[in-house]
Amino acid sequence: MRPFSFAFAVFVVVASINVSFAGDVGNPAAVKSEDGKYVDKDGNPTFKVGADGTVDWYTYSGYRRYHSECHVCHGPDGMGSTYAPALKDSLQKMDYAGFLEVVASGRKNVNASQDSVMPAFGDNTNVACYMDDLYIYLRARANDAVGRTRPGKREDKPAAYTAAENACMGKPQ
Amino acid sequence: MRNLLVATCLGSLVATAAGVANANDELKKMAANPKDWVMPAGDYANTRYSKLNQITASNVGKLQVAWTFSTGVLRGHEGGPLIIGNMMYVHTPFPNKVFALDLAQESKIVWRYEPKQDPNVIPVMCCDTVNRGVAYADGKIFLHQADTTLVALDAKTGKEVWTVKNGDPGKGATGTSAPLVVKDKVLIGISGGEFGVQCHMTAYDLKTGKLAWRAYSEGPDDQIMLDPEKTMVLGKPVGKDSSLKTWQGDQWKIGGGCTWGWTSYDPELNLVYYGSGNPSTWNPKQRPGDNKWSMTIFARDADTGMAKWVYQMTPHDEWDYDGVNEMILSDQTMNGQPRKLLTHFDRNGLAYTMDRVTGELLVAEKYDPKVNWTTGVDMNKSSPTYGRPKVVDQYSTEKQGEDVNTKGVCPAALGTKDQQPGAYSPDTKLFYVPTNHVCMAYEPFTVNYTAGQPYVGATLSMYPPPGETHMGNFIAWDNTTGKIVWSNKEQFSVWSGALATAGGVVFYGTLEGYLKAVDAKTGKELYKFKTASGIIGNVTTYENNGRQYIAVLSGVGGWAGIGLAAGLTDPSAGLGAVGGYAALSNYTALGGSLTVFALPQ
Repeated sequence: MRPFSFAFAVFVVVASINVSFAGDVGNPAAVKSEDGKYVDKDGNPTFKVGADGTVDWYTYSGYRRYHSECHVCHGPDGMGSTYAPALKDSLQKMDYAGFLEVVASGRKNVNASQDSVMPAFGDNTNVACYMDDLYIYLRARANDAVGRTRPGKREDKPAAYTAAENACMGKPQ
Repeated sequence: MRNLLVATCLGSLVATAAGVANANDELKKMAANPKDWVMPAGDYANTRYSKLNQITASNVGKLQVAWTFSTGVLRGHEGGPLIIGNMMYVHTPFPNKVFALDLAQESKIVWRYEPKQDPNVIPVMCCDTVNRGVAYADGKIFLHQADTTLVALDAKTGKEVWTVKNGDPGKGATGTSAPLVVKDKVLIGISGGEFGVQCHMTAYDLKTGKLAWRAYSEGPDDQIMLDPEKTMVLGKPVGKDSSLKTWQGDQWKIGGGCTWGWTSYDPELNLVYYGSGNPSTWNPKQRPGDNKWSMTIFARDADTGMAKWVYQMTPHDEWDYDGVNEMILSDQTMNGQPRKLLTHFDRNGLAYTMDRVTGELLVAEKYDPKVNWTTGVDMNKSSPTYGRPKVVDQYSTEKQGEDVNTKGVCPAALGTKDQQPGAYSPDTKLFYVPTNHVCMAYEPFTVNYTAGQPYVGATLSMYPPPGETHMGNFIAWDNTTGKIVWSNKEQFSVWSGALATAGGVVFYGTLEGYLKAVDAKTGKELYKFKTASGIIGNVTTYENNGRQYIAVLSGVGGWAGIGLAAGLTDPSAGLGAVGGYAALSNYTALGGSLTVFALPQ
């Protein structure tokens, strides 16, 4: 729990500096890689799909975590369900900071015609430790960079990622 | 209306005068009257069979819509209405409204009930905010709300008589299942297998809502209400700590084994039957052991809750094959002997025929030939693995391990059949079963437990069996031989409960929204009508003012609404986007409504 709270605080700070594309996801092109995590020109996490279809580790990991934690409401491959929005569409309008906020704190749309409630996942390490993975995967879906399929070829799991994941999930180092 | 008032008054007078046994007698008597539909499955045996025979195989083709009713709720509508005299009780998913309609006054609304619930319960419900219906007894309607409040309503006025909280939604427990009234108790299960809830079956006093007994699916013997000497498993005593020995440490405390399916009851044996769901998490590597008594058929004494026998169908689940599907009770001749049977179509793709007195396993066969995770159950009584399914390594997510994507497992996690209940006709001696025809890839990985948060630990994708384009079948099954008698293909999973009738007609709904009538003997389609939305509700029948009616809730959603709304594809398996599994959203849209059919006058 504690490692995440810390990590999240860092996210928020970083995000608040980088809110330059409110209402727009901005240009998703990766400009550089930091230990296997790609960022766009604004410093926001993004995907990288090679010419032969090889995806970055985060896109692959995000695919996996999405289909464990998110798909029971938001449908397979970010396609939506009868009661929750298609995130491949939502991510066309929502930026990185907005994504982090909704996933961490939740959101409610309860009125006469709908009862949509997104829970707060801030305390759930299975989600919170993989925020960037989920964001990057869904950003790739929103930009049609990966299709309705499990990513085939992927980059290796970066060593720095493993260390950060173990710390966040409370696993032995 | 007057008839009902008189009947209700009489019922409560008798019950007050003679005490507890009569609530049961009242229900048994009412269930024997085919004009009514007084409990979720129509009868205690869960046969979903009606003696009504006005609508027959030769005239069902003339069926027409008699009237419709909108519930005003958009989410998935499972279950079906109760009909008692001139009154019909219609329930909805969250916010769990109940409408009492007067059939003698053109279905005028007599009362409506809508509980105030914290909407935070919504996302704690796995797979939509469904509710599978209400129960009736002793002049009361019993509703298990999403937030696990069990409420007794006055059947005449809709006023609350008592309420009791059955679990903590803050820890992931929710209410989706229909209660069953047995004697002086209301029995109710609980949901939350994807949230690490230690699930239970609980009995509350019919008059007051006071807790009578609670039996957990896993834990110490006193909590699971198993007697080490007297509770039997496949003819032998279960022994001490039968559950604790099969879990690592205290993992049983977040072990799942939820009880959100249907309950049946044999009044002669005084036993209730139900199944428990998946062990939590979906990652089998994280919970070594058989994880008893998840995935188990329980036979419990209705008065005390003590288990008479248990049978675990899928030890150490590796695929989310919950064992909660209904237990259908029938008295049949098998190998020349009269037997009291229990037939169960499990999520794992096997149909089990058991002796419901002793728990002896008689038949265990695949009811979809595509089932591939097992080669079958060891039926050799002297074998050390007697009663266990033989698991195929290629499809074992335990053997393949964490972070490995095990492909081509059939059935998918939603099972060859999910909660959609089958029917049994004593006329044809066949079971009519709505099924899923879907396979999956399943990749388990490590997850942490946080109270009230999803505890899943696997990612999966679903698709039709290789080479096939349809995702459902509606089958007729012989439970004595373990064989499919006929099978109708359906484009989508059949997620609607079946109805068998003495008219020789079997009814079910489809995800596109069709109500279908087929010949009970041959499966030949005799009638279909496309209702307002996809059907995941159960078909019921009743008679009012001399006319037989067929009623069904439409309103697509539920688990079927998750994957199927988006369409199932697996381009990686080379299947491509064949028309057979195009998106369900091309066929239907949301909206809860009841459609009632009758023959023209």
